[in-house]
Amino acid sequence: MSVSSAIEQFDVIVVGAGPAGSAAALLSARAGLKVLLLERGEYPGAKNVSGAVFYGSAILNQLIPNWWEQAPVERYVTRRDIAFMSPTTAVALDFRCAGPGYATAPYNGFTVLRPKFDRWLAAQAEAAGAFLLTSTVVDDVLRDNGRIVGVRVRREQGDIYGKVVIACDGVNSFLAKKAGLQREFHPHELSLGVKEVIGLDPAIIQDRFHLTGNDGIAFEYLGAVTEDVHGGAFLYTNRDSLSLGVIGQISSLVERRKRPYELLEGFKAHPAVAPLVRGGKLREYSAHLIPESGWAMLPKLYTDGLLVAGDAAGFCLAAGLYLEGMNYAMQSGLAAAETAIAACQRGNYSARSLATYRKHLKLRHVSTDFRAYRHAPAFVNGSRLQNFYPELIARSMENLFRVDGTAKRKLLPLSYRMARQFEIRPGQLFRDVYQAARAFLW
Amino acid sequence: MVMTTHEEKMRTVRFRVAATPHIVVNSEICRSECSVHACVYVCPANLFVPLDDGGILFNYEQCFECGTCYIACNQEGAIRWSYPDGGYGVTFRES
Repeated sequence: MSVSSAIEQFDVIVVGAGPAGSAAALLSARAGLKVLLLERGEYPGAKNVSGAVFYGSAILNQLIPNWWEQAPVERYVTRRDIAFMSPTTAVALDFRCAGPGYATAPYNGFTVLRPKFDRWLAAQAEAAGAFLLTSTVVDDVLRDNGRIVGVRVRREQGDIYGKVVIACDGVNSFLAKKAGLQREFHPHELSLGVKEVIGLDPAIIQDRFHLTGNDGIAFEYLGAVTEDVHGGAFLYTNRDSLSLGVIGQISSLVERRKRPYELLEGFKAHPAVAPLVRGGKLREYSAHLIPESGWAMLPKLYTDGLLVAGDAAGFCLAAGLYLEGMNYAMQSGLAAAETAIAACQRGNYSARSLATYRKHLKLRHVSTDFRAYRHAPAFVNGSRLQNFYPELIARSMENLFRVDGTAKRKLLPLSYRMARQFEIRPGQLFRDVYQAARAFLW
Repeated sequence: MVMTTHEEKMRTVRFRVAATPHIVVNSEICRSECSVHACVYVCPANLFVPLDDGGILFNYEQCFECGTCYIACNQEGAIRWSYPDGGYGVTFRES
């Protein structure tokens, strides 16, 4: 369809058909609004990369009951491992749950392949009445007396007018910057994820990871697995493939002069990982940025005629135990839609009218979660938590379990020796414990 | 095969190459003002090639559009980028 047929005014223009944008478009369309959903890729999901575990099943279930029965999901996650690594050792916290909500509906999380999942979700928005236009880049906002009244797309007659624009254009959001809501980022605020999807026979996956049917695992790794780069690694099971990758803070990659794809090869070669990926065949390599700094990098979330949601708003929670983006993307997209729907009812699209977005973000537990964990990213993304302590744990266990004919050391002398070997300063240790407590306990 | 070279990785990715580059590198700035050349290391597609004269050669055709180079670059104005035209650039199928 040509843009010219759509040149009249829309109620809502959503930019970007990822989880935030499609959720916003779906809810707005269901409320009877005239919705345009713009996507720069050939299809929704064509530009999108996550790990990917989608922890928003319960959220989506409220919109589309039993959504997983019709959506392209891979496996529901019943087992999570967090492993601390030295170059030769892994010490893992192993969580398995066959209980309700994990192994039964609505399930806690699903592994998904984004090009397939995002495409399906956008189709649900279309089915609800939203008009989806793919292969369309948005270059700028349109203004009238300073107020944002639409978007300029890179096409003939590309000015499209809308009462409310919802920017869900991802981590590099050009729109949030054009609208004057977001600043330029620093290299320590973002991480680069490089990923591979590796094909493997479903029967081998089941045997190798002790799975029985459509259940799956999510493994996360900290420590020497990224050498001395601040970051971590992951490995998830899909139906007939594995998704695995390495995440590294940009400033740290630059400082250490490390090539991300070489870290990825090192990860696959680690003795704890190599047996898991053995015999697989690379199907696709990909890369994407992750807005990891949470509260510290949140933009101003709205202005006259425009709201920001999803990665574009930095709604990605990277807080050690949690690495969640799609669920917050969806929740913030829904909160933006609720705000836009109310604004359309009032006929008022000013910043003052759209300020209710804050209330909706709170009700959907987005801003509250990010505020609660506001101290976590800076602490978690540092070298001591991502590299130093995990490796310390792994090496300590090597010493604890080693039987070599010498005298066994009890825990206190062993800790003392490790502390000396790793040059731990008591003051630093105390500060880290305090920061960890502030980040996670209260 | 599980262990792969960078070339083998890139061969698994589908690109629809646009006629005009969406990233422009001002090699003069790389030559005269930058000694770090972070782009050469961090780019996941390995698209930045250091030249003998200290400049940087950039190939936009196999770009993931991730933005890492732009964020990592410590010289104002050396890398200018936008997104490629709609429907062009990288098209992920499985990630």
